[in-house]
Amino acid sequence: MPGIVYFSSASGNTARFVDGLGMLASRIPVSPKAVLGRIPEEFVLICPTYADGEGRGAVPKQVIRFLNDPDHRRRLRGVIGGGNRNFGATYGLAADVIAKKCSVPLLYKFELAGTLTDIARVKDGLHAFWGTECLTA
Amino acid sequence: MKDNAPASARAVPRAINWNRLQDEKDLEVWNRLTVNFWLPEKVPLSNDVQSWATLTEEERQLTIRVFTGLTLLDTIQNSVGAPAMMPDCLTPHEESVLTNIAFMEAVHARSYSSIFSTLCSTREVDEAFRWSDENPHLQAKARAVLETYAPEADPLKRKIASVFLESFLFYSGFYLPMYWSSRAKLTNTADLIRLIIRDEAVHGYYIGYKFQRGLELESPERRQELKDYAFGLLFELYDIEARYTEELYDGIGLTEEVKAFLHYNANKALQNLGFEALFPPEAAEVNPAILAALSPDSENHDFFSGSGSSYVIGRAVATEDDDWDF
Repeated sequence: MPGIVYFSSASGNTARFVDGLGMLASRIPVSPKAVLGRIPEEFVLICPTYADGEGRGAVPKQVIRFLNDPDHRRRLRGVIGGGNRNFGATYGLAADVIAKKCSVPLLYKFELAGTLTDIARVKDGLHAFWGTECLTA
Repeated sequence: MKDNAPASARAVPRAINWNRLQDEKDLEVWNRLTVNFWLPEKVPLSNDVQSWATLTEEERQLTIRVFTGLTLLDTIQNSVGAPAMMPDCLTPHEESVLTNIAFMEAVHARSYSSIFSTLCSTREVDEAFRWSDENPHLQAKARAVLETYAPEADPLKRKIASVFLESFLFYSGFYLPMYWSSRAKLTNTADLIRLIIRDEAVHGYYIGYKFQRGLELESPERRQELKDYAFGLLFELYDIEARYTEELYDGIGLTEEVKAFLHYNANKALQNLGFEALFPPEAAEVNPAILAALSPDSENHDFFSGSGSSYVIGRAVATEDDDWDF
C-alpha cells in the first residue's frame, strides 16, 4: 500500500502537517543512530527546507542519507515541500532539489505546518495521485 | 569595580563550549543567522531615487511613517526584547543566539535610516519620527509588548510576546514595500526589506521553538494557561493592529488587503509557537501579487490542481552538497 515518508525536526511543523493528513506515514529519525521504520513499497516524501540565504543546505542531512539508498529512491513517487515564504526565493527549496535529483514530480508546497486548505488539497490530491499511479502500474 | 563584594553577588558564567551541545537547534540557528549576516550598505538603495519621485506626497508620507513604525519595533526588540529573554535561556548557546538576534535587530533599525537618508528630506523624516512618537496605536502596541518584557514577567509569556512581535506585528508595515515591489516601485528598498523579513522568520521560528521546549516542562494546567494567554494577547494585539492599519491604509484604499495579510501572519505566528491557526483560510487569503513579492522566483506549486510547474526548475540553485552520493 502506498504511503508517506517524512522528516520533521524538533520544531515539529512537518510532523503536525502529516498528522493533519491522517494517512499512513513513516518518519525519518532526527538522530542518525535511531532506527528507520518500515518504508512502504511506494511513497511520497514530505520534507521541510533549511536553506541559508544562498540556498545551501536546503535538504536536511538525514533526508540526503535516506535518499542515498537506491532502494529508497526506487520507491519514491513524488515530493511535497514545507517552508516559509519569508525566505524568499528559497521557499520550500528542499523539495525542488529532491524533485530534480530524483526525477520525481514536485507535488505541492506548504508553509510551516500548513493550513486547513493545504491539508484538504494534499489529502484529495494524494488519493487521486495514488489512483492514477495504480492505473499506470 | 570593587573586589570586596561578596562572592555570591556575581556568579562567574561558565565558558561556553560549542562542541558540547544540549540542543542541536542552537548550532543550526547560529549557523543560519551568521551565514545570513548582511548590512544595508550591500543594497543599492540609491537606485530607488527616481522611483521615489514617482510616488505622490501622500504615498511618500505613508511609506516613511510605516518605516518609522518598523524602526520602533526593531529598536524594542534590539534593546529590550532579546536581552530580556537571556536570563531565561535553557542553554548557554541559546544566549549566544539571542545576542546575534539582538544585534541584527539593531542592523534592521539602522537600515530604515539608510533608506531615509537616501530617499527623503530631513524635514519629512523628522516629521515621521514625531508622528511615531505620538501615534496612539503604535504606542499601544509597543506598550503591550514591553509589559511582557518586564523583569518580573513570566519567561514563557515573554517568548509568546516576542514571537508575536517577530512574526505578526511587523507585517502591517512589511506589506507596503511588498506592495510597491509588486508594482515595480522601490524595488531595491524591497530587496532590503526581504533581508529583514528573512531574519525575522528565523527569529520567530527559533523563539517559538524554545517556547515549545519550555512548555514541555510545564504541567497540563500551566500549558493551558499559557495557550489561553497567547490567544488573548493575540486578540489584544490584533485589535490594535486593525486600528493602526485603518489609520495608515484607509487613505490609499488598501486596508482590507492588509488585514488579510495580518490574519495570514497571525496564523503563522501561532504555528511558530506550536499552536493551531486562529483565522479561517478564507480570511487569510493574501493577494497573490504580495505572495509573489515575498518569494520572487518561487512558483506556487500545486501539481494536484494542475497549476505551477512540477518538473521544470529553471532557476540555478545550490544543489551541491557533499553528502549526496548519486
